[in-house]
Amino acid sequence: MNTPTPQPERPDDRLLDRREYVGVTEVSGPIVALNGIHNVGYNELVEIGDGRGNLRLGMTLEVSEGAAIAQVFEGTSGLRLSSTRVRFRGEPLTITVSPEILGRAFDGLGRPADGSPEPSGEERDVNGLPVNPTARDYPRKFIQTGISAIDGMNTLVRGQKLPIFSGSGLPHRQIVAQITRQAKIVGEDAPFAVVFAGMGIKHDEAMFYLRSFEESGAMGRVVAYLSLADAPSVERRITPRAALTAAEYLAFDLGMHVLVILTDMTNYCEALREISTQRQEIPSRKGYPGYLYSDLASIYERAGMIIGRQGSITQVPVVSMPNDDISHPVPDLSGYITEGQIVLERDLDQRGIYPPIAGLPSLSRLMKDGIGEGMTRADHAHLASQLFAGYAQVKNIRALASVIGEEELSTLDQTYLQFGETFERKFLSQGIDEDRSITQTLDLGWEVLSVLPREELHRITEEEIRKYYGK
Amino acid sequence: MSERIVGTVKRVVGPVIEAVCTDDAEMLELVYVGEHRLIGEVVRIRQRSAWVQVYEDTTGLRPGAPVYGTGEPLSVELGPGLVGGIYDGVQRPLDVLRARTGDFISKGVHAPAIDRDKRWHFVPQVQAPCPVTGGMVIGAVRETDAILHKIMLPPSVAGELIHIATEGDYLVEDVIGRVRTVEGETDVTLFQRWPVRVSRPYAERLPQSQPLITGQRVVDTLFPVARGGVVVVPGGFGTGKTMIQHALAKWCDADLVVYIGCGERGNEMTEVLTDFPKLIDPRTGKSLMDRTILIANTSNMPVAAREASIYTGITIAEYFRDMGYSVAVMADSTSRWAEALRELSGRMEEMPADEGFPAYLPTRLAEFYERAGMVKTLAGDEASITTIGAVSPPGGDFSEPVTQHTKRFIRTFWALDKQLANARHYPAISWRDSYSEYVDDVSEWWEKKTHGEWRSLRAGILSIMQREARLERVVKLVGADVLPDSQRLVLDVASLFKNAFLQQNAYDKVDAFCVAEKQYLMLKIIIVYYEHATEAIAHGTALATLNKLDVMRDMMQMKFECGNEDIPKLRDLLARVERAVREYSNTPA
Repeated sequence: MNTPTPQPERPDDRLLDRREYVGVTEVSGPIVALNGIHNVGYNELVEIGDGRGNLRLGMTLEVSEGAAIAQVFEGTSGLRLSSTRVRFRGEPLTITVSPEILGRAFDGLGRPADGSPEPSGEERDVNGLPVNPTARDYPRKFIQTGISAIDGMNTLVRGQKLPIFSGSGLPHRQIVAQITRQAKIVGEDAPFAVVFAGMGIKHDEAMFYLRSFEESGAMGRVVAYLSLADAPSVERRITPRAALTAAEYLAFDLGMHVLVILTDMTNYCEALREISTQRQEIPSRKGYPGYLYSDLASIYERAGMIIGRQGSITQVPVVSMPNDDISHPVPDLSGYITEGQIVLERDLDQRGIYPPIAGLPSLSRLMKDGIGEGMTRADHAHLASQLFAGYAQVKNIRALASVIGEEELSTLDQTYLQFGETFERKFLSQGIDEDRSITQTLDLGWEVLSVLPREELHRITEEEIRKYYGK
Repeated sequence: MSERIVGTVKRVVGPVIEAVCTDDAEMLELVYVGEHRLIGEVVRIRQRSAWVQVYEDTTGLRPGAPVYGTGEPLSVELGPGLVGGIYDGVQRPLDVLRARTGDFISKGVHAPAIDRDKRWHFVPQVQAPCPVTGGMVIGAVRETDAILHKIMLPPSVAGELIHIATEGDYLVEDVIGRVRTVEGETDVTLFQRWPVRVSRPYAERLPQSQPLITGQRVVDTLFPVARGGVVVVPGGFGTGKTMIQHALAKWCDADLVVYIGCGERGNEMTEVLTDFPKLIDPRTGKSLMDRTILIANTSNMPVAAREASIYTGITIAEYFRDMGYSVAVMADSTSRWAEALRELSGRMEEMPADEGFPAYLPTRLAEFYERAGMVKTLAGDEASITTIGAVSPPGGDFSEPVTQHTKRFIRTFWALDKQLANARHYPAISWRDSYSEYVDDVSEWWEKKTHGEWRSLRAGILSIMQREARLERVVKLVGADVLPDSQRLVLDVASLFKNAFLQQNAYDKVDAFCVAEKQYLMLKIIIVYYEHATEAIAHGTALATLNKLDVMRDMMQMKFECGNEDIPKLRDLLARVERAVREYSNTPA
């Protein structure tokens, strides 16, 4: 990675950098304001001492001649205006990367949280740099997750960012764990790693993930960055960036294929909103700052592949939809940036279908280039399209049936209902440890489709019907 | 680089800085900020303060850093070498940046937009001495297989051409002509500069009369756009805005396409970069990249440059329009541009209007969309810019400010429908909520192509779709079974029209692009079927009998089975449909 050339130093710069200031002018929530300072850069790291020997980290949000505003990641409780000591480090927040980070757990700011010492290695700016669009390699390698609803209908490809839109009480945890356990590229054995960023999740939730990685024998390949529910919320602004910095190192320096799990992005956005309101910025929707889109993009866009480099970063963020509302700003803006979404549906869950992946609103934008002859199977695109069309029809007919009753439906409509039921019970539904191959998934798709009369299959060629229909 | 210091940084607020300035700073002047010489633009001057929006990441920028002035507004370089290129929002060539600084974009890198070391074969088209006017074409360079780059005088240069270079290979900075103007002599090079926020002049505006054929049936037949027109495509995420923009960039019959990826995904630009060079333009037989210019300011690139990107794109489009070309501009997405505007406005502590957007949002939108149009150029040619802007309304709700303000300045509205997209009906352009005000403008062109049938066929299908919408309400309450056959026929034909005509597979070799003639015949087949079937049902034939006809399947598959060259095959199908159904309409009741 290229780093910008360092600024030429003026002779007194180094002295000023070491200078410690005593006293701040304002403390408000996680924000502190200082006066009478010199030579402080925007977005740089600040160390704040509370006068009792405790050091906290923060970052400048705004700098002007002689004054600065900083956010304190570890909370401001106990800070006094007069005795607070502030030191500017003159550099953005960095984390240490080296092959040693594999198998380790860090806190939300990238400091060891597992009792082992700080790894030795290179320091990397957590903010990263945008990938030049001409350097990107277009993702088209199919990842088999073993989950039919994903592989068959919303295929994940290497280098994609595909979030899971979930609601409280829905089994996104199990699905993420299942994906992590089962994801593979068929016929390829490349080094892989999992980077896990937990933001504002509960301890037992974090434990669930870590245990499931352990059980699958992947723990030695997992790097975890945890800012749990009881950690100060502002530090969550850093957590996904620290995780992605580690992921970029593993992928583009060490050539590993990295799966990044970010959970839960809604908590991250709430931290952002908290800081924004403290600073009295003009809010856009639901009090979230106007730059929420750009901010989320600076996280999600750090997925992908680079021409001429071995590794890849595939992101599976979890976005919880408050009140199951997909138009809430966080899932909404996420959907505009990510390459599709896996939406979990409460209705399916209540009917005992696992994984409750909603048939229609789920989508994988990169699917079209990752499937077909030589990748999955030639009939895959048409089959998926027909399943979508059929299932959309099922939804319409169910709505009609709720008005006029199932008995009043035409035979064709009733066949559709039967198709819907088979689709949900046989195709969508599967065991939590069931790892279906892509061939199994597609064959199952045809089995389900064969419930419908062949005249209804508009999106399938005659040849495919001859080959697969009713077999 | 200029060493004229116009101020020092006083305050840094994200992408906006406040600088203490001398009297020297000019409004909308291009400046370089700090040791890294970050590119910025002066956007407000108040007493001794200048506000600068910075087009690069400001991390680490400190108060006291110098601000260097250039004395020029933010401009683009216009000349041979643009076509097939990919630029960021302030026209830095991304491929050169990559060669220089690697796979990630770092700060403070400068590179000229146009390669200074490449030689172009210049062919003069006038002889010196001769009187010349601004915008006149004095020669040409073969830029790509598809584009002949005409070398024009800058619009402000007029007088007498006293020297012109002979045919030969020249660098873009070489002097290839000299003009004696009232102010003195001016050298002319292969390239020129133009400030992005100022529209390039033309002789006069012309009315729109020709459609821009996009090859997308739902667009060309139902909601056409005229050359020089403006379209907006609003849609929630996953409804296929980018798919439509890509399909149009691939298949529309413009001479040149400027694709502005404004705050969108990096992989989408990569897709264009990998796909377009391989695709062949059906009209010219050349690679699509030979007529495409990409402006890529992806969502993770600096937000201020996103604001500039649509101006950069439209200025380049105007330059090629001035050569007499028909240019199409795709802006994906104007909502991200508006959000950049909102962010910058917020950082400058301006008073917000609707949903935090600045009060001047509609003015800016109008300025941008008005730069489209059909014009007579300064050189006297007819040329056009057609602008297709995508809007990403939060939550898919069209009542938000960007969609609503944009609607005031556009004349075609392609509303994307979530439900269609969910059923994977693409393009998901809703036939209920969309409209085009260009139908009358382009109908004459279509009438000529279709033996005067276009208007009535179009009216026919629209009335069927309207009746379907009404019947659908009944069906939702009581089911379709209770309807008489004549009404169920309407439902069936509407569904045939949706599946066989409106739906178009962008990834199918045959179906991706549909010529006007094929569209016309397909529509005619459906209407003819409907008319004869109505007759047949009136004569007592059961709808079920008609549904068993072989031609039903053929109609369903005609888009895939009859290519753009297989027009006779479609005519044959038309005859067969007529024959097959008429048989029943002759049977007495």
